[in-house]
Amino acid sequence: MTVSGIFLRDDTVLDYAYIVAFSLFILGLMMLTTPGTARRGNKVAAVGMAIAIADTLLRHGIHRWGLIILGLAIGTAIGIPAARNVKMTAMPQMVALFNGVGGGAVALISWAEYRHFGNSLGSKHLIPTLFAAIVGSISFWGSNIAFGKLQELLPGRPIMLPGRLQTVLNATLLTAAVVMSVIIATGTHSGLMFFLILVAAAILGNAIVLPIGGADMPVVISLLNAFTGLSAAAAGIALDNIAMIVAGMLVGASGSILTNLMAEAMNRSIPAIVAGGFGGGGAAIAAAEGAEERTARSTTADDVAIQLSYANRVVIVPGYGMAVAQAQHAVRELTKLLEKQGVDVAYAIHPVAGRMPGHMNVLLAEADVPYDQLKEMDDINPQFSQIDVALVIGANDVTNPAARDVPDSPIYGMPILDVDKAHSVIVLKRSMNTGFAGIDNPLFYKENTSMLFGDAKESIQHVTEEVKAL
Amino acid sequence: MSLVTEIAILVLAAFVGFAVISKIPNTLHTPLMSGTNAIHGIVLLGGLIAISEVSGWFNELILVIAIAFGTINVVGGFLVTDRMLEMFKKRPTPQAQDGAQPEDEA
Repeated sequence: MTVSGIFLRDDTVLDYAYIVAFSLFILGLMMLTTPGTARRGNKVAAVGMAIAIADTLLRHGIHRWGLIILGLAIGTAIGIPAARNVKMTAMPQMVALFNGVGGGAVALISWAEYRHFGNSLGSKHLIPTLFAAIVGSISFWGSNIAFGKLQELLPGRPIMLPGRLQTVLNATLLTAAVVMSVIIATGTHSGLMFFLILVAAAILGNAIVLPIGGADMPVVISLLNAFTGLSAAAAGIALDNIAMIVAGMLVGASGSILTNLMAEAMNRSIPAIVAGGFGGGGAAIAAAEGAEERTARSTTADDVAIQLSYANRVVIVPGYGMAVAQAQHAVRELTKLLEKQGVDVAYAIHPVAGRMPGHMNVLLAEADVPYDQLKEMDDINPQFSQIDVALVIGANDVTNPAARDVPDSPIYGMPILDVDKAHSVIVLKRSMNTGFAGIDNPLFYKENTSMLFGDAKESIQHVTEEVKAL
Repeated sequence: MSLVTEIAILVLAAFVGFAVISKIPNTLHTPLMSGTNAIHGIVLLGGLIAISEVSGWFNELILVIAIAFGTINVVGGFLVTDRMLEMFKKRPTPQAQDGAQPEDEA
């Protein structure tokens, strides 16, 4: 065969292009790990993806153009506006959703392949197809539940069967899926059984994520992200596609490490998270304790203004409540004003403030808060005893001293910002409701704590006006 | 391609994935997760290949959905990551402004 013959009849050249594509994924991923190059890294990976897609479309076997264009058009029409219009505060659930559809795609591809080829796939292709179907289906349904919890379509608190029933249910579902897979892989052809495997994995996906409390959701999304990667790699083996094998495994591996790092930042272990129940039983205990009379002191905007203006050092602790109220710009205004009066202002950023690690940095950067004013937890914690006022804006669980002092508390051991050690603490909050983890916060009842109730943005604006009037 | 070749590629890719992620600032956890999320949009390729292999309206239907899902994963994933990282790019500017501020105050 001549060289041009190879170029025309085989997909050899296209195989080389796949190597270029996955090299760009690796390069992009490396660049994504450093702040300076991260944005370019994402673009490099996107170029890799464009090459991989174009490459695939140029292959000889590809011919269902009408259907392909239809699928691509629907996906683009949904994906672009969704990504463009999502608010920064809703990013985590958007990532969950994008991850879920990836897993869903893998499950559907596996199903269609099996429906068409049946056991003629042969075990080399059949086993990865079954694996991809199970993991993809778990990832799809699990991510949807995670989305529902973060979007508050579902309650953030854990939903689970009593006692060990949940574990028994999960183990049964997993065993059922594996046993049916073994039956198919050993030669029994059954379209119904393949469908039942998908159903068992779907219920399992729901059953795994429903018992996990809202506060652990970021770690869960990261874990499901790694799952989708693994399922994509398995589908790659099933379809003999190198680009899918490399890209999928790359995400499977890096995603697992990332999940571990995120869990460490919250001082949680992945098995404990998956076991679930975080924040559930604790809410009940805390509620019972709360029944004893404990009163929180409420304060007014002008009082807060006086405290802030006469302070030497103020630390602002932003949380998800600030993000929801879109108060970051108002907070930045207040900060500028206080700085003009000679007050030293810093922001204390908990590693998981907001709903994802790094979430709060993104939001404050949006409001042009200087980067050097953002203090990480380990740097600011030893300084709290010298801080005059800690202004907690819509943060709750990350300031809960129970995590440090109450061994019975479900969040015991989670690193917190020691705001309670500041001379005085002002908490801006909508109501006395518990935080995302569903746990009562003793900080609110401390003697040096006062509460300013209301919408965070309006409250900050009132305080700013009062500071100006002083 | 033989199974052993594919497994070898799989194992090597796993080690590359482990090696790339070592110490990462907390700030980058979310964008990095979102970026890797976009990369597994590679499943779109599976949809494109499979739809040209199968027959029957039901198989075609589920694969059109799979292609749409994969496309959402790719397009949405990269766009959202870019939006997140766009925020970080502003960093040098506010720092420059900040440098000027004390002079204003003085």
